[in-house]
Amino acid sequence: MMKDLIAKLKKHYKLTEPDYRRADLTFVTAQKDELRSLLIALRDIEGFTHLVLLTAVDWLEEGLFQLTYMLNNRAANRTLALRVMIPRANAVGDTIHDLWPTAETYQRELREMFGIDFPGSPRVNDEFILEGWTDMPPYRRDFDSLAYSLQTYRERPGRVTHDPREHMKKALYPDQKPEAAK
Amino acid sequence: MMFNLKTDRSQYPQPGPDGKLEIDLETGKYLKLWQGPNHPGITGNMSVELTVCGDEVVAGKTHVGYLHRGFEKLMERRSFIQVFPIVCRVCVPEPDFNEYCYAAAVEELAGIKVPELANWMRTLILEMGRFNSYMMFLGGISGALGLGVVGQWMTYVRDLMLDRFEELTGARIYHMFILPGGVRGHLPDGFAGRMEEVLRTAEKYLADVEKVMFRNAVYKRRTKGIGVIDPKLFEPYGVTGPNARAGGVAKDLRKDAPYLVYNELDFEVQTGKDSDIHTRVDVRYRDIHQSIALIRQILQKMPKDGPVMAKIPNVLHWQIPRGETYIKGESSRGEYGYYLVTDGSGYPRRINVRGPSYTHAMALLEHLIPGTNISDVAQLMVSLHTYPPEIER
Repeated sequence: MMKDLIAKLKKHYKLTEPDYRRADLTFVTAQKDELRSLLIALRDIEGFTHLVLLTAVDWLEEGLFQLTYMLNNRAANRTLALRVMIPRANAVGDTIHDLWPTAETYQRELREMFGIDFPGSPRVNDEFILEGWTDMPPYRRDFDSLAYSLQTYRERPGRVTHDPREHMKKALYPDQKPEAAK
Repeated sequence: MMFNLKTDRSQYPQPGPDGKLEIDLETGKYLKLWQGPNHPGITGNMSVELTVCGDEVVAGKTHVGYLHRGFEKLMERRSFIQVFPIVCRVCVPEPDFNEYCYAAAVEELAGIKVPELANWMRTLILEMGRFNSYMMFLGGISGALGLGVVGQWMTYVRDLMLDRFEELTGARIYHMFILPGGVRGHLPDGFAGRMEEVLRTAEKYLADVEKVMFRNAVYKRRTKGIGVIDPKLFEPYGVTGPNARAGGVAKDLRKDAPYLVYNELDFEVQTGKDSDIHTRVDVRYRDIHQSIALIRQILQKMPKDGPVMAKIPNVLHWQIPRGETYIKGESSRGEYGYYLVTDGSGYPRRINVRGPSYTHAMALLEHLIPGTNISDVAQLMVSLHTYPPEIER
């Protein structure tokens, strides 16, 4: 069923080769300028009425953000995830709050946590989770949370910290030398 | 409506040219009222900023962030096995769903097949977690209406179930029992018998709840016909779980997209039709009885012996090829899911938690609040059954 749907959509939209993860879950990359029309077609014609989630993945090395729009068709028990790649340098997405009002919250979060702007989305610049945050958006890959906490918080005297990896190695594989643990 | 008094509406805010209410606090007609973050009528650590006119709420904004710990970011710095003790912390009352969704996502991307008995054990744990979560819900909704005794009974019953959790997993709240590859152990000897005792006690207390809550005139008046969610809003606002089932839409992933061993179990999707607070509580009340029946059924049908853990790679050198997947399940509140992206390294590239409260407590609640009475906000919010950590993972 998903193969038929993708073939049908490919007649009208530029889609990459899909990843048929499971019988009920497919990932496919779409073009940013076609996203809105594609979402409307999926929602109104193909029955993908439920917006499961909207989130971003930071591909720092490639200089891209991946926006994932996951839609579900309950009657057919199929989930289709649309990936849209946008440049990290100019991270602007198209708002879809008028298609799904709940997208407003997702877009507010993406604005705050990844610094991806969605012009026109209601209250998109309002603080969502963080308060008075002036640093880089914290969910970007180049935000170093360890360095931030070392800089911001003081170490409590008398506290012992183990390197988690070394500690687990000792606990799980006490007899093995580091080289042999492969 | 019991008190259909015609109020003078001239004092209330009028819609401006863009259709939105014009609220000018300078006029002195309106008052800002904070419900939360520390308030008996709020679910967990969140708050609702209410703008009221008289005793009617004209606008509401949800504020979260009081317990943000950056779970999703923390997970990106940890190897696949190190993530496992973090995931359960995302939801206190029902942590097992996080463990299951994360474990299943890792197993799918790493190509690990879970033994059959482990799937039965996972289903058992998830139903026990659902039962506990509903116990907290019943206590919450009765507490929001000033019926404190139900909260005390439910805390007691939940505690009995926590004893069973402790016996099975060694922990009461964060069980960390479901891990990638299977579960940590078998059922202890005589577990089914002791579980049966807990379930019988629970049924006795639930019968009392029926008497003091559902047959209580005050309770009925304060919940019937209040906080109605129009079923047309279910899709635009991403409403799932009991909130949608109370509006007559039989959304239940245990039936719609069966996972674990749900297709081998016999149960019905509980629905209502009025979509108000009373129906939402009633649907959950019936779901508790169904959870009890499911626990009995699982204990009866599950294989008696077999492995519970598949072989997993050396966890210190575990790398998963580039890929992405989404695992979902029906938690006590609605669709719960984990979106996992891997990039071929020993760390997850991105983990996103899809909690039902994300849509219910933000966009939906803000849409429902205008027009309600101040005293109805508490039960309206509790009836959506939201847990804030899912919003601010």
